[in-house]
Amino acid sequence: MTNTDASLDLDKLTRRHETFTMPILELRRLTKRFGDFAAVDDLSLEIAAGEFLTLLGASGSGKTTTLRMIAGFEPPTSGDILMAGIPIAALPPFKRDINTVFQHYALFPHMSVRENIAYGLRMRRVPTEEREERVGKALAMVKLEQLGARSPRQLSGGQQQRVALARALVNRPRVLLLDEPLGALDLKLRKEMQLELKHLQTHLGITFVYVTHDQEEALTMSDRIVLMRQGRIAQVGTPRDLYDRPASRYVADFIGETNLLPGTVVESAGGAVALRMGGVTLRGLSDCLLAAGSEAWLTVRPEAIALSDGAAPAGHNAVTGTVADAVYAGSALRVHVTLPGGRRLVANVPSGTVTTPGAPVTLTWPIEQGRCVGD
Amino acid sequence: MSAIETPRVPTPAIARPTWLDRVRARPNVRTAVAAALPVGFVTVLLFVPYVLLLVQSFWRLKGGAITHELTLENYQRLFGTELYPNTILFSAGVAIRVTLFSLLLAFPLAYLLAFKVKRHKQLMYMAVIIPLWVSYLVRAYAWKIILGQSGILNGLLLSTGLIDHPLTFLLYSRWAVILALTHIYTPFTLMPIYAVLEAIPPALKEASQDLYANRWQTFRRIILPLSLPGVLAGSTFAFVLSMGDFLAPQLLGGNDSALMVSNLVWSLFGVAYNWPLGAAVSVIVLLLTISLLWLSTQVEKSMNYAGESASRDRREVGMAGRGV
Amino acid sequence: MTAPASDRPTVRPSDRLTAALWIIGGLVFAFIYLPLVVVILYAFHDASIIAWPFQFGTLRWFGALSHDRGMIEAAVASLKLALLAVAIALLIGVPGAFVLDRYEFPGKTAFRRLVLLPLILPGIITGVSLLTFFSFVGLGLSSGFPLIPGWPVVLGHAAALTSVVITQVFARLQRLDRAQEEASQDLYANEWQTFRYVTFPSIRTAVLGAGLLVFTLSLDEIAVTFFLIGRQNTLPLQIWGLLRRGITPEVNAAATVIFALSVAVIVVWARLMREEERG
Repeated sequence: MTNTDASLDLDKLTRRHETFTMPILELRRLTKRFGDFAAVDDLSLEIAAGEFLTLLGASGSGKTTTLRMIAGFEPPTSGDILMAGIPIAALPPFKRDINTVFQHYALFPHMSVRENIAYGLRMRRVPTEEREERVGKALAMVKLEQLGARSPRQLSGGQQQRVALARALVNRPRVLLLDEPLGALDLKLRKEMQLELKHLQTHLGITFVYVTHDQEEALTMSDRIVLMRQGRIAQVGTPRDLYDRPASRYVADFIGETNLLPGTVVESAGGAVALRMGGVTLRGLSDCLLAAGSEAWLTVRPEAIALSDGAAPAGHNAVTGTVADAVYAGSALRVHVTLPGGRRLVANVPSGTVTTPGAPVTLTWPIEQGRCVGD
Repeated sequence: MSAIETPRVPTPAIARPTWLDRVRARPNVRTAVAAALPVGFVTVLLFVPYVLLLVQSFWRLKGGAITHELTLENYQRLFGTELYPNTILFSAGVAIRVTLFSLLLAFPLAYLLAFKVKRHKQLMYMAVIIPLWVSYLVRAYAWKIILGQSGILNGLLLSTGLIDHPLTFLLYSRWAVILALTHIYTPFTLMPIYAVLEAIPPALKEASQDLYANRWQTFRRIILPLSLPGVLAGSTFAFVLSMGDFLAPQLLGGNDSALMVSNLVWSLFGVAYNWPLGAAVSVIVLLLTISLLWLSTQVEKSMNYAGESASRDRREVGMAGRGV
Repeated sequence: MTAPASDRPTVRPSDRLTAALWIIGGLVFAFIYLPLVVVILYAFHDASIIAWPFQFGTLRWFGALSHDRGMIEAAVASLKLALLAVAIALLIGVPGAFVLDRYEFPGKTAFRRLVLLPLILPGIITGVSLLTFFSFVGLGLSSGFPLIPGWPVVLGHAAALTSVVITQVFARLQRLDRAQEEASQDLYANEWQTFRYVTFPSIRTAVLGAGLLVFTLSLDEIAVTFFLIGRQNTLPLQIWGLLRRGITPEVNAAATVIFALSVAVIVVWARLMREEERG
């Protein structure tokens, strides 16, 4: 079904019933240069209708610039943006069926909450009766029914954020862009809002494109994550893909907490790799093509590592070192171990474990828990 | 939870870009359309006149009529005859004195307002600024009333018996001009100084005293250096404006008024009818003013404290004549 | 400075210093106001020569003012001139401020510096420049519709005062949250709608304030006006003419009226600026 046939939409209650055979958004070789500097470099990406996609990255990675190009605030230097197959890069923002939730909300200070939410409907000349009804429903959706007459200045940060959300969603856009909307909220509120946003998205079926630098947030909320680095995509995949099977050292390091052990590739066959580090051979799995003799990294998550006094069981890697630190973290004990050569490993072990600082210890983990990656 | 939709209204189709959108998206077109009016206006009505003034300074006056022949004789006359450099120096002298006196008067008051006034600070500041808004002419001629032979000051002094004859030197001299100009420009000088002093965080004063400095040392080492950008801005205002002032000298200067550069320009464009020469004098004044301001900006840049851009913004607003 | 050992109250040097500061400040304040007070006082002076002592008690100078045709015509001309100057300055200046804030183009720095020139140069220089320009172009000083004081002086005021609008509005634009305008466009408002519903409400007080400022400055303008005026005098020029003939308290009466008007304007302006701070 294509979306240009308006009469078909009359029966639809939510966007979920609108299905597309093609991705709702496609970024084709999108590039944005500022002088010599490429903020976004030859980026290509397909976004499926109804998915929650997160653009994740450090500041300067190009994620916000990409979002702004989708919204229409930044013209691309080259490349294309297609919405259901139609190129929209030349369209000004007010002609795109896309709405944005801004990082600092950008609520209009001289309008009340209701007027803020009604703005988009007014600009689209939605008749008054329907407009009022939709604004009311939007207020109810974000649980701010009583605050319609207030001015944004009188609201807390969390409330402002919800007004910004309502203001965008009341227009039923095909795609909603969110630019780090939870950044200004305190931790507890942020966690609540993360869940609320996720539920909202699932219920409404609107495509969300979410920008954040917080990898934990991305893991919690997303259907797919696009990890960006210096204007390019480092890896695209589901949260599990990025966490369990990072494509490079950068991804492994960025997502979650991990240990990274450098070594030289000794053998690589059928997805199994052996790395030589110091005098020890370590084994792990890999999706990458690693040539023998090349430098690579073995990543293993702290929760996969166990302490042992003696030899490693079969199918496990083992390294020995000395205990440097044991930090109590409530639910677990984080043991920092220094390996010969200076490298440090962190292991998450049950909090009751007894360790002695300076004592030698052996760390073991199953081979399949370790992945080998290039840079 | 049922959300925001109503089944009645069809959702809009995805818009396609039109040729107008494509044109609109090009940054050069947008800039050209937006900038045309203001830039055009300013070019025609400011740039061209100033350039024309410059050009005119190279024209020859032949037989009482202005010709378009190019010549250097105006500038030769300017630098050759003693009268003109003297005039400029005299005006500069007056301006320096005005600047100095304004500073001496403005600084204490600014300090008082910034640090010692607790309640109604805004109101009091407004009260000091209000005279700037009152007609300049009025403020200048007021001194005529006060200082004249049969004026108020003389009347007062005579009636109290302090003098026997009215003092004649009060009016129609350079000192009357300096007095009047000081009176007029003191609030002008006060504004940037107040702005800068206001911007000093009280914590700095407290830190200084915490580190064993007494009040004088705190003033000398902390407050005074930090106030310098404002002092510089205020002095530059006062100097440039009083050097180019022509009303006060005309009303109060008497014979001395002929020595002020603005009066020179005035008569050259008026009674003496030598526009090219007048243009040449104006160009010199223009160059002097611009160099002074440039110099002042450079010095201010080297005093690069946190409040630098703040004082510059206020200065630009303040230069609008009476901005608060 | 050692701490006093006894309970005897001491006058700290700093208190004396502060007292001295208050006295000096008060004197400076008086100096700033004295001439104004004198002028206003003598508007009620019951004699036709301004001299000491002051004889209070008459309003006849205000009466004379209301019959002085020259004055009244000059006042009307000044008003017309000021209103026209404000209109043109706002029409040119607000877009000018936007251009400075948002666009890059060759010659932008020159434009920016040029705009500041009339504010920092002595008015007489701007005045003779414009005179040169208009005579070069051939526009007579009295040319214009019968109701307007004359194009050169109107354009001259506008040219000199547009800078005021540009600097004021520009300063306000710099503080504007650009994200709001993006949000407005995100919500289907085109550029004009965005300006009308989102941008302008935010800069409205700055625009109004600038307009008031231009109005006041135009009313009081002498340097540029003198060179560009046609046959009809403006109020300051009229007063100046009177001054040369000798001062009667009627001039004081006029000055008092001007003062009252100016104070009214500045009170309004101050209110606007305070709203600015809050908004």
